[in-house]
Amino acid sequence: MFESLSSKFSSAFSSLRSRGKITASDIDQVCNEIYQGLLEADVALGVVESFIEKVKSKSLSALPTLQSGSNQAQAIFDIVNAELIAILGGEARRVRLAKNPPTVIMLAGLQGAGKTTLAGKLAKYFKDLGDTPLLVASDLQRPNAVNQLQIVGESISVPVFAPEPGNGVGNPVEVAKGGLAFARSKLHNIVIVDTAGRLGVDDEMMKQASDIRDAINPDEILFVVDAMIGQDAVKTAQAFKVGVGFDGVVLTKLDGDARGGAALSIAVLTGKPIMFASTGEKLGDFDLFHPDRMASRILGMGDVATLAEQAKKALDGESSARLEEKFVKGEDFTLEDFLEQLEAMSKMGSMGKLLSMLPGSGAMKKQIDNFDESEIVRTKAIVQSMTPQERIEPKILNGSRRARIAAGSGRKVQEVNALVDKFSAAQKMMKQMRNGGGMPPGMALPPGMPAAPRMGKGPSTPPKKKSRSGNPAKRAVEENS
Amino acid sequence: MGLFGALVAKLSRSKISDLDWDQARRELLASDIGPALTDHVIEAAKKIKGDDARAGLLSALSELISSKPRGLDLQPPLSVFLIVGINGTGKTTSAAKLAHHLKATGVSVALGAGDTFRAAAVEQLQTWGSRIGVDVISGKEQSEPASVAFDAVQFARDNQRQLLIVDTAGRLHNKSDLMNELGKIKRVIEKIAPVTEVLLVLDATTGQNALTQAKVFSESVGVTGLILTKMDGSAKGGFALAVENHMSIPIKFIGTGEAIGDFQPFDSAAYLSSLLDE
Repeated sequence: MFESLSSKFSSAFSSLRSRGKITASDIDQVCNEIYQGLLEADVALGVVESFIEKVKSKSLSALPTLQSGSNQAQAIFDIVNAELIAILGGEARRVRLAKNPPTVIMLAGLQGAGKTTLAGKLAKYFKDLGDTPLLVASDLQRPNAVNQLQIVGESISVPVFAPEPGNGVGNPVEVAKGGLAFARSKLHNIVIVDTAGRLGVDDEMMKQASDIRDAINPDEILFVVDAMIGQDAVKTAQAFKVGVGFDGVVLTKLDGDARGGAALSIAVLTGKPIMFASTGEKLGDFDLFHPDRMASRILGMGDVATLAEQAKKALDGESSARLEEKFVKGEDFTLEDFLEQLEAMSKMGSMGKLLSMLPGSGAMKKQIDNFDESEIVRTKAIVQSMTPQERIEPKILNGSRRARIAAGSGRKVQEVNALVDKFSAAQKMMKQMRNGGGMPPGMALPPGMPAAPRMGKGPSTPPKKKSRSGNPAKRAVEENS
Repeated sequence: MGLFGALVAKLSRSKISDLDWDQARRELLASDIGPALTDHVIEAAKKIKGDDARAGLLSALSELISSKPRGLDLQPPLSVFLIVGINGTGKTTSAAKLAHHLKATGVSVALGAGDTFRAAAVEQLQTWGSRIGVDVISGKEQSEPASVAFDAVQFARDNQRQLLIVDTAGRLHNKSDLMNELGKIKRVIEKIAPVTEVLLVLDATTGQNALTQAKVFSESVGVTGLILTKMDGSAKGGFALAVENHMSIPIKFIGTGEAIGDFQPFDSAAYLSSLLDE
């Protein structure tokens, strides 16, 4: 995701970095490149213009205070980064829970944005947090939307309030009201109301949405929007803002290759935070939206923070601590650790997604998208066919050992070879990351820039680089993330 | 205001200010035809001289339009149309609308419910089928879509249908395993009957990503036409002009609402003049 935008940014900055002394015209040029990149990424024109204007004026006013050398380019980079974070909404915002449960969440959006799937994902998210969500089927328009929600609910064992068959039959306002009453009587603490897709220009349907809103008085109205939306984001967001009003935004289909301009546009145009990101068809493919991390992704810095968080979630406490310790101490990862990770990864979701969070992953975008998930199973089989010693010391793997492993795992010798090669490459990459060179060659980091976003809080945090950002906005984010 | 709005009126006059050109550029960008094509159209417009600026602009825009036929390729005894696209663009609805449209012209149609992935997609198509009186051939949920397609085409052949329209699951074009699955569905169908149309459903609210979608779907299954949906909203789907221009894939139908009849063959002349006049 976002790789095109991030490659635009990197090329703009790499030319900037090659300059000895940056002049006002260099800044103009970088701004022009960013301007084109943002437009091609579907960022709304007005948003592009105000973004460029801010970056330009901040850069120009910072210029005289900068000494010559590559930290000039870095300072400009920091300005762009801070501006991106500011646009994307500063910090992640969570759902505001009602003082008196249930907390009522209403979803609204265009047809095909992904509301029904999202309803399921949200329900699963809350259920995993220990809440007792109820899904309410108020999309009575689209054929079998009710049915779809029931199937989704069943698959995550969340009850669905669906008194009406849908397909044009029933009153969605009554269903929403009934759902709320039902939730109260059964003590569900979260109510998620799915509604029909509607176009911003459809006054009648917008009225229906505001009627639903008035009937249930939701704590949060979430505007669900497809990450691939184009310039129409301006009109649609405005229509929903006026027509029904919303408190937060959910971006869906972020696992596509849209350049992500919508994220920027919507955040600016609505002034509402993007709260969640939906990144796949599985009900677990869903996460809080972190503006700072998204900015890093756009700038090609990867999203190690999310990666680390997911790893923490999946790995049990003990092995997670052990891995972090290894990472900090600079010990090598062994195939034994690798196997442990593979097992944890199966719990964490798709490998492609994990890989795409690594710094510089834009360059391996194709491979990541095409990652064959069953490869994990096959890889596990190969590693499990090794002796413990082989796992710790892959060097001893000679021809006959490899043949034995191949036979044991039911794979070909070539595959065993490929795995061993890939593993040593991965080992190298880990070392690089640790030593501060996150990105592959060609995207060299300027001095003074952190190798990767920090990995979390507490004692397990790797030693912080001494150079903290000189930009107050960025520093604030660093300290709060 | 349409793409050029006020500019068209001014074109015939002698002086157009930079401000006017900038306004036109903004409107073009807002229609999602993309930054590159915007520059191209502005350049073309700047060259237009003379009194009938509107006609000049229309002809400049017409050159962007594909010259390929917009009719559907129906070959006796049985043809198969494949409906493809990313998630949520309106494939299932479009499949039903297309079936209804062709049934009204006397073609005997069956529908194949090839979206076995999304919850209740099969039921959604069945509901449409029973509303419009068209048989829907389906397998079990989560079953192999190629095998459902195969059953459907067998049914269509054995029951002397002229046309089978196969709905498929939405898939993001950057998931190559899912794109391969689409190729497989097509190959399996072609063991029995030719797939004469592969119709890519694009959502008019999409931005420049629609071009990538058109490109990748074309590479993997050879898209023969576009169905542009949600054209009743505020989005104009300007990217379709870019698809026509760069890839020469014609828009064949547009979807303009949720009712079964909200579906028309694409009329390029009407479309272009609506861009200028509205």
